[in-house]
Amino acid sequence: MAVTAPALTAPPEIETEPRAAWRETWRRFARNRPALVGLVVIILLFLTALFGPALAPYSYAKTDLDSVNAPPSAKHWLGTDDLGRDMLTRMIYGARSVAFVIVIVATVSLTLGVTMGALAGYFGGATDTFISRLIDVLFAFPELLFIFFIAATIKPAIVNNLKAFAQANDLLWLVEFVRSGYADYLVVMLALSVLGWAGLARLVRAQFLSLREKEFVLSAQAVGVPGHKIILRYLLPNAMAPIIVAISMGLGGIAIAEGVLAYLGIGLQPPNPSWGNILADNVGRHWRDWPDMLWLVFIPVIIITTVVLAFNFVGDGLNEALNPEL
Amino acid sequence: MSARFIRLFFARGQALRAPSFMLAYIVRRLLWLPVLLILISLITFALGIYGPGDPVQVMMGLHARPDIIAQVRKEYGLDQPFPVQYWNYMTNALHGNFGYSLVKYQGQRVSDLIAKRLPVTLQLNLVSVCWSLPLAIALGIFAALKRKSWLDVFLRGMVILAVSIPVIGLQPVLTFLFSRKHEIGPMTLGPFLPVGGWGGIFSPQVILPAFILGLGVLAVFTRQTRAAMIEVLNADYVRTARAKGLKEWMVLGRHALRNALIPLVTLIGFVLAGMFAGSFIIESFYGIPGVGQLAYDALISKEYYIIMAFTLMIAVVYVLMNLLIDILYVFVDPRIRYK
Repeated sequence: MAVTAPALTAPPEIETEPRAAWRETWRRFARNRPALVGLVVIILLFLTALFGPALAPYSYAKTDLDSVNAPPSAKHWLGTDDLGRDMLTRMIYGARSVAFVIVIVATVSLTLGVTMGALAGYFGGATDTFISRLIDVLFAFPELLFIFFIAATIKPAIVNNLKAFAQANDLLWLVEFVRSGYADYLVVMLALSVLGWAGLARLVRAQFLSLREKEFVLSAQAVGVPGHKIILRYLLPNAMAPIIVAISMGLGGIAIAEGVLAYLGIGLQPPNPSWGNILADNVGRHWRDWPDMLWLVFIPVIIITTVVLAFNFVGDGLNEALNPEL
Repeated sequence: MSARFIRLFFARGQALRAPSFMLAYIVRRLLWLPVLLILISLITFALGIYGPGDPVQVMMGLHARPDIIAQVRKEYGLDQPFPVQYWNYMTNALHGNFGYSLVKYQGQRVSDLIAKRLPVTLQLNLVSVCWSLPLAIALGIFAALKRKSWLDVFLRGMVILAVSIPVIGLQPVLTFLFSRKHEIGPMTLGPFLPVGGWGGIFSPQVILPAFILGLGVLAVFTRQTRAAMIEVLNADYVRTARAKGLKEWMVLGRHALRNALIPLVTLIGFVLAGMFAGSFIIESFYGIPGVGQLAYDALISKEYYIIMAFTLMIAVVYVLMNLLIDILYVFVDPRIRYK
């Protein structure tokens, strides 16, 4: 085989450039040990969520009255709660709930936030005024208050109407969906997403406002590249880093919010397990007995904290990897 | 709530520049304020009225006679069209009347209920801020001065841990770790200090809730002070101050610290919001009779006159507070005006 001389073939270098940039980012990210460990924890969380029913040794609602409040053992790895339900199973199903919420909230707020922020930042004028004022109104409510308010006011109405609609039209899957408690969740997630997109839209808008003035955008406009192409091909890739950082840093917060809502009884309803309501159940019933039943309180707390820590570490790692000047 | 969450969900707009722009910005914000307040009240009222179903149903239960329900609806003005109801509610609200409790405190005015409980929440939050804020600033300065020392690394880890443990987890764990149970009587903190309930800001009951509420503030402000202090210590004017032979404490106190503290002003709004959320959970857990507990009870029993009043008040305070902070910021930091 003859050795080919690469010296004169210049173009490939330009083509590989973006990929090289991502590889460089990954290299910087991988140097950050806590971030890597965090990434592993997050991957484990999503795998657990995905294969939950196959992994769980019992059914999440099955009560074993022969071993109530049993400490961790070979039969029940994480012990059982006061109804004799296997804690490991319930924690696995709780992982499903938290992963479900994170995926939906992140997707909705990313889509809405980037679209609205891009429109406001690029077109300016009336579009910008409208979107910015909308964000102002949403930001007028402190985040948890807003969710509480939605949960207290329109949630019952929506859930009841959905139930009535499903029953009237004989939609069995919808009846099942409402009964399973996930319809409750949809409303709460909607509230979380609404808050999420507003924060993200503000960020994207600010990015676009400054990018819009850069020479490469001006030159693209000058040669007549259409607006949507400028947004998608010129502006968005350049605004990507802060968006990724903001989203990844928000995920831990979403996980906490899911737990808090379930803990307060306005998220997923029992007997469906969420880490928040597992904790609430165990704390509520064992207020005086904790010293004898550590696992009931400590296991949910340790797992929630680990997951949130993992998200925060990954967020930090991404922040450092994507903004090397920091 | 973690600081990250707050940062994402409340990310601010871009920096401000010219003085004329600044003035125009403030004027625009002030002009927009009444519209914003009307929109907020409209949303709150619309969701409150159409949301949870019938307040009369909530008050009288499921088995009340329809004709009586109709009569009570008329008495409360709930049979009027929406604009009339909104107008009535808002004029009453502006006169300090937010309606009446429907279930638990039946017949009591919502404004009285809130007024009675507000001082407790404010005192609890005050205690939390009083221990955490000065400590956070001190720790932040220390970490910035001894950058990369073991203390700095340790503090950084602690800050990340503190924003990662949710209040719902911290509360039971701390209560468990530091409290004892007895054969008879309530649990205690250590061997004899009581836990739960409210006994004023100097009572031992305040220790655990104030510690938990303050921890978030401690974490956020330690990190921000450290970051701001590091930035300021690298600034030219600090080098100049050192070069002209000022004493180290003067360089730090007069030149560095005063400038480093300015950005912290913008965090006040976040802190208020975070503390509100915290007292919601903490007050109901420890049985502290503050507004957080009232709101939580109202949420559970669908007392939506209380929920509406509460949402409205917090939102208005929050909006005014943020506006005030933004304006204040311009006056505290002359660089924004003269840049």
